[in-house]
Amino acid sequence: MTMSWTGKIGWGLVIALLAIALLAPHVAPHDIREQDLRVRLQPPSRAHPMGRDEFGRDVLSRLLYGARVSLRVGLTVVAICAGVGTIIGALAGYYGGWTDRIISGFLFNTLLAFPGILLALAMIAFLGPSVGNLILALSIIGWVSYARLIRGQVLKVKELDFVHAARAMGASDARILLRHILPNVVQPLIVQATLGVAGAVLAEASLSFLGLGVQEPMPSWGKMLDSGRAYLTTAPHLVIFPGLAIAVTVLAFNFAGDGLNEWLNPQRPRSIPARARKGG
Amino acid sequence: MKEIMGILLRRLVLVIPVVWAVVTLVFLLLHLVPGDPVLAFLGETATPEQVAEMRHRFGLDRPLLEQYVTYWMHVVRGDLGVTFVDRRPVAEKILSRYPATLQLAVAALLVAVTIAIPLGVTAARHQGGVRDAAASLLALLGIALPNFALGPLLILLFSVKLGWLPPSGFGEPAHLVLPAVTLGTALAAILTRLVRTSVLEELRQDYVKTARAKGLDERIVLYRHVLRNGLIPVVTIVGLQFGVLLGGAIITERIFNWPGIGTLTIEAIAARDYPLVQGCLLVIALTYIVVNTATDFLYRVLDPRIKVE
Repeated sequence: MTMSWTGKIGWGLVIALLAIALLAPHVAPHDIREQDLRVRLQPPSRAHPMGRDEFGRDVLSRLLYGARVSLRVGLTVVAICAGVGTIIGALAGYYGGWTDRIISGFLFNTLLAFPGILLALAMIAFLGPSVGNLILALSIIGWVSYARLIRGQVLKVKELDFVHAARAMGASDARILLRHILPNVVQPLIVQATLGVAGAVLAEASLSFLGLGVQEPMPSWGKMLDSGRAYLTTAPHLVIFPGLAIAVTVLAFNFAGDGLNEWLNPQRPRSIPARARKGG
Repeated sequence: MKEIMGILLRRLVLVIPVVWAVVTLVFLLLHLVPGDPVLAFLGETATPEQVAEMRHRFGLDRPLLEQYVTYWMHVVRGDLGVTFVDRRPVAEKILSRYPATLQLAVAALLVAVTIAIPLGVTAARHQGGVRDAAASLLALLGIALPNFALGPLLILLFSVKLGWLPPSGFGEPAHLVLPAVTLGTALAAILTRLVRTSVLEELRQDYVKTARAKGLDERIVLYRHVLRNGLIPVVTIVGLQFGVLLGGAIITERIFNWPGIGTLTIEAIAARDYPLVQGCLLVIALTYIVVNTATDFLYRVLDPRIKVE
């Protein structure tokens, strides 16, 4: 079965975004720190296709560098969450009993008792804003959904015949988990991770918008949108372009994740969009 | 009735450890501040005497365990301490802002439901057609466009260009429109997809065939039979998302200068007024827990097919 056309568009955009993020210093037409107050808030022109911001800096170049920040945060958060979530979820699902009761009954419920973005906001408010703290806060709220997914999958797979057979042959717990169970639960993990990047990018932009994420002079889409709001009437391009960049990135990862899901599991219905789970 | 009380009791027992953990977490947050929260608030120009006096006044010079027990005793009485900035009761400040946030969240919920139900039903009725594709596209846009991008764009269109609605303010019904649409759009998008799936599922059931075979009008089949069953999962998501709305309100309130608890939280963070930040977080998290528990309880009572864990 081939991937749906939305899935293909999604992956195409994801690859393009990754290329932009990697090559930002080479493809950005202007220096992102170059200020010129005489031409501040200049609307889009041939030399500056997305106009200039309140300091006269080139918006397109800053947007390209912003992709670097968004994707770096998004991918790092997802990597940490997927890693931690897989380990904890697998332990809860495999051992069951008290381990499971403490992890899924208590830890999951407590972390899910906060609206996700609020807990991240709280931690950054107390730890102080920085990219490191942003990644830490988003990882602390994010790993639970991966752990829940893996726990559910492990619960299903551990009762299958080949696992019983491995145990009967004297395989250790670690070997059963690593060699027999985990390879069978990787597919949904990859799908969730792809959708998760959309959620993490959105969360990073939200916190940067509130002034609690990426700090100057590093450009971030959320922060660009926030500072652009003050010039809504005179320079709407300062809000429109970062808004579009966020929307396209979120759509791209949602399309990519859904496409992958349908491609890997043709029988399964579409997943819930990342936004619904993240609660941003 | 006895069964319903049983469900309620079990839900409440499950909630106790979560509430304990939330209060503990909010208490511990203050001790996450690198260095000293009082020093962070007063700034580097503060004298050691000023710092010591303030630490003493807020009980921060006591052992951690003693602070924790005191915190709990105060929280149970509804006392959330006093603010760093003007030494007024935190609970009083929060109470004065809380109604505005609730008003915004309820309005956003109404916007979401009003958009999602007709859109989702239309998409399901015309599955695979142009209307279905249009509804899906709208839903996707609603999910992808974050509220901090949508809000300014709505202001640009409806306040700046058309002059129909005020860009910010509080008190008049007109002030509520743009913030409610901004906050409700993402939920409307999620609900549209959910209503569509749910209605499609119900349309395949035997009772629908029976109703149609009886010669009932399609609208009666849809709105009396299908929607009544199809909305059960939607009710749950609406309840669960109400708490998410409270979280999202922080951003929406900032865009529209809405005088709610979200704006208060951001102001408190900016002023490093940590007791006030703690109070805001606690109140939002507890509201979230109460709404989630109530939703879960109602869901189980409304649909007896769902077994209590």
